[in-house]
Amino acid sequence: MTAPNIRHWARTVRWYLRELMGEAEYDRYCERHRHRHAGAPAPTRREYDALRHRRREERPEGRCC
Amino acid sequence: MPTSAMPESGRTAPEKPRMSPRSLAIWITVALVGALGWAVLALSRGEEISAVWLVVAALGSYAIAYRFYSRFIARRVLQVDDTRATPAERLEDGVDYHPTDKRVLFGHHFAAIAGAGPLVGPVLAAQMGYLPGTIWIIAGVIFAGAVQDMIVLFLSMRRDGKSLGQMARDEIGTVGGAAALIGVFAIMIILLAVLAMVVVNALAESAWGTFSVTMTIPIALFMGFYLRYLRPGRVVETSFLGVALLLLAILGGGWIQDSSLAEYFVWSPETLVFCLVGYGFVASVLPVWMLLAPRDYLSTFMKVGTIALMAVGVVIAAPNLRAESVTEFAHTGAGPVFAGSLFPFLFITIACGALSGFHALVSSGTTPKLIRKESQVRLIGYGSMLTESFVAVMALIAACVLEPGLFYAMNSPAALLGPTVDTAAEAVKNLGFTITPEQLTAAAKAVEEETLVGRSGGAPTLAVGMSEIFAGVFGGAGMKAFWYHFAIMFEALFILTTVDAGTRVGRFMLQDMLGNVWKPIGRVTWKPGIWITSALVVGAWGYFLYAGVTDPLGGIKQLFPLFGIANQLLAAVALAVTTTVLIKSGKLRWAWVTGIPLAWDVAVTFTAGWQKIFSDNPAIGFFALRDKYAAAIDRGELLPGATTMDDMHTIVLNNTVDGVIMAIFLLLVLTVLVNCAVVCVRAVRSPSPLPTTEAPYVESRIDDLPERTDDDLVGARR
Repeated sequence: MTAPNIRHWARTVRWYLRELMGEAEYDRYCERHRHRHAGAPAPTRREYDALRHRRREERPEGRCC
Repeated sequence: MPTSAMPESGRTAPEKPRMSPRSLAIWITVALVGALGWAVLALSRGEEISAVWLVVAALGSYAIAYRFYSRFIARRVLQVDDTRATPAERLEDGVDYHPTDKRVLFGHHFAAIAGAGPLVGPVLAAQMGYLPGTIWIIAGVIFAGAVQDMIVLFLSMRRDGKSLGQMARDEIGTVGGAAALIGVFAIMIILLAVLAMVVVNALAESAWGTFSVTMTIPIALFMGFYLRYLRPGRVVETSFLGVALLLLAILGGGWIQDSSLAEYFVWSPETLVFCLVGYGFVASVLPVWMLLAPRDYLSTFMKVGTIALMAVGVVIAAPNLRAESVTEFAHTGAGPVFAGSLFPFLFITIACGALSGFHALVSSGTTPKLIRKESQVRLIGYGSMLTESFVAVMALIAACVLEPGLFYAMNSPAALLGPTVDTAAEAVKNLGFTITPEQLTAAAKAVEEETLVGRSGGAPTLAVGMSEIFAGVFGGAGMKAFWYHFAIMFEALFILTTVDAGTRVGRFMLQDMLGNVWKPIGRVTWKPGIWITSALVVGAWGYFLYAGVTDPLGGIKQLFPLFGIANQLLAAVALAVTTTVLIKSGKLRWAWVTGIPLAWDVAVTFTAGWQKIFSDNPAIGFFALRDKYAAAIDRGELLPGATTMDDMHTIVLNNTVDGVIMAIFLLLVLTVLVNCAVVCVRAVRSPSPLPTTEAPYVESRIDDLPERTDDDLVGARR
């Protein structure tokens, strides 16, 4: 494997993990916020997490067996 | 179904798409390789065959089913339309609704549907040999399980992500909807109890296992605080850290076991029950960031990792299957692990992995709100379920590489095996298999457990099988104990996550139902309401867990059929709702796609349920067993399995409760089925289509160029 190849794979794996675990959610939210409400400050990471968690408390998701 | 409002826009229908010679050659090869796998499985008699053939048969069948059958369902039956905006696009809010990459969503959905279920059922079903289980897992997933998951996902997506219960209420009616709702709640309670029992049986009297699983709680708490205060949002980093700590906890367990601290971690089954119930309550009322969210991350990581590891292990180690292809218990129905004949009991013992009704709840939850393009229901719904089925096949392999004598010594009820390795060896001999007491001691020593006799529940068996396979590939015999406890740990981790999430979902449902009677309890922010309903839910599954663990005749043997029937009954509800919706939307012609699995599932569950209630055979019928023990109590006798009169009364009580629960399940599902049938007849007779609740067509603005949707759709309308 060549070096650029390995870098490409590492990037893909990192992208997938960030997306799968929800780490990329906040970046996306900020991006969206900038588009729709230009000028208004985007929520901080902590505010966003609080929002996410409140949603999860109010609407629990099942996990199967 | 309303036709697309889009103008045809002058597109000409292409020639009927033909497969290129190259892809034709590839698919013929895949079919031949799969057929070769099946041929080896079917034709081998008496000699040991390699597990690789099982893998080949499974993967070949999955590939063909995915390429042809799921495509047929998507194009002809569901008529997926990639020009139609999905709810993720229309209602996009950046939080709940968001068009997600299909590979990411596949991972999400798979992590939500797969857990300990497909690892437990196939292990118990190995009692009937590897062949019946394999055939059911593969045929069941292709024609029933994956079809259910995909169609429920599609229907929910077309209804902005409505839950199965809501769809039942909207499409069938209030009575059927209410019965479905109560049924789902009751079924979930049994499910949680049985899963928790698997953990108790795996951890009881094992210092190593108990220590490492207990450590998952501080690890998850640490991750929660780390994520909140030290490194907000660094989920991947935190998860890696968590997994590293988890591996340390497994190693630490080995050290604890050999140290003087061991005695503090040797807990009786009853103690474990109280710990689990207490844990379930606390975990479900704590804020999600503290325990639930971090453990969910750990679980997802471990799920993907260990399943990949298992696949690699099985293929590289290529172990031989020691179990017979079909055992005599398949005909006699007198097996010690679960009672009853092949039909119907094999088909309810293996639920997850072949057909799991619970998936209908997940498929009508978060996933439909995240789908980017309609055609992706194929990969996400059908594909995820095929993957889960493959996990079940690997679990079956792990159980079948064990010496049959060891399998029965581990999985038979304690009442049969007696207290020592000598009595166990004797009992196994009476079943027609051989294992010496020395071999039993050696097997326990290899994985550094006190004993393996009577360690029912499936998890320890899977763990021993996996330790055999893994030790053959990574690390040799010296690593066996590590791999055994690794397997126990991840099963317990999956189950604890399910217990926590399930308790919350159950509480939510209960709050919803009770809220109709007394308003305040329905408020999701009123703390006392949360505590009361959480306690009720935990108390309900805790009762069945305690009853199962203390059952003198072996809780798994008594409760696992109830769990399997419950899960498959939920599938009957889901398949009935989907069939009704298909017929209502004018697709009577394609109703067989869900109608045939529905008919099969109803035949299986109602036969099993009927036998469990009305069978005269005390080994099968709850009430027959109850009467037998009640009569003995009147005579003042002790029957096998009971050592005191209290045991006798416990057996009578447990069987009464189980029988009544079984009857309630069947009645609830029967209500739904009758209601569905009425709606179907009305839909067929009605001159104009009945109203459905599908969201109206909106044109999509997302262009996914590589999808060959135009061709597909024109083809579908032909």
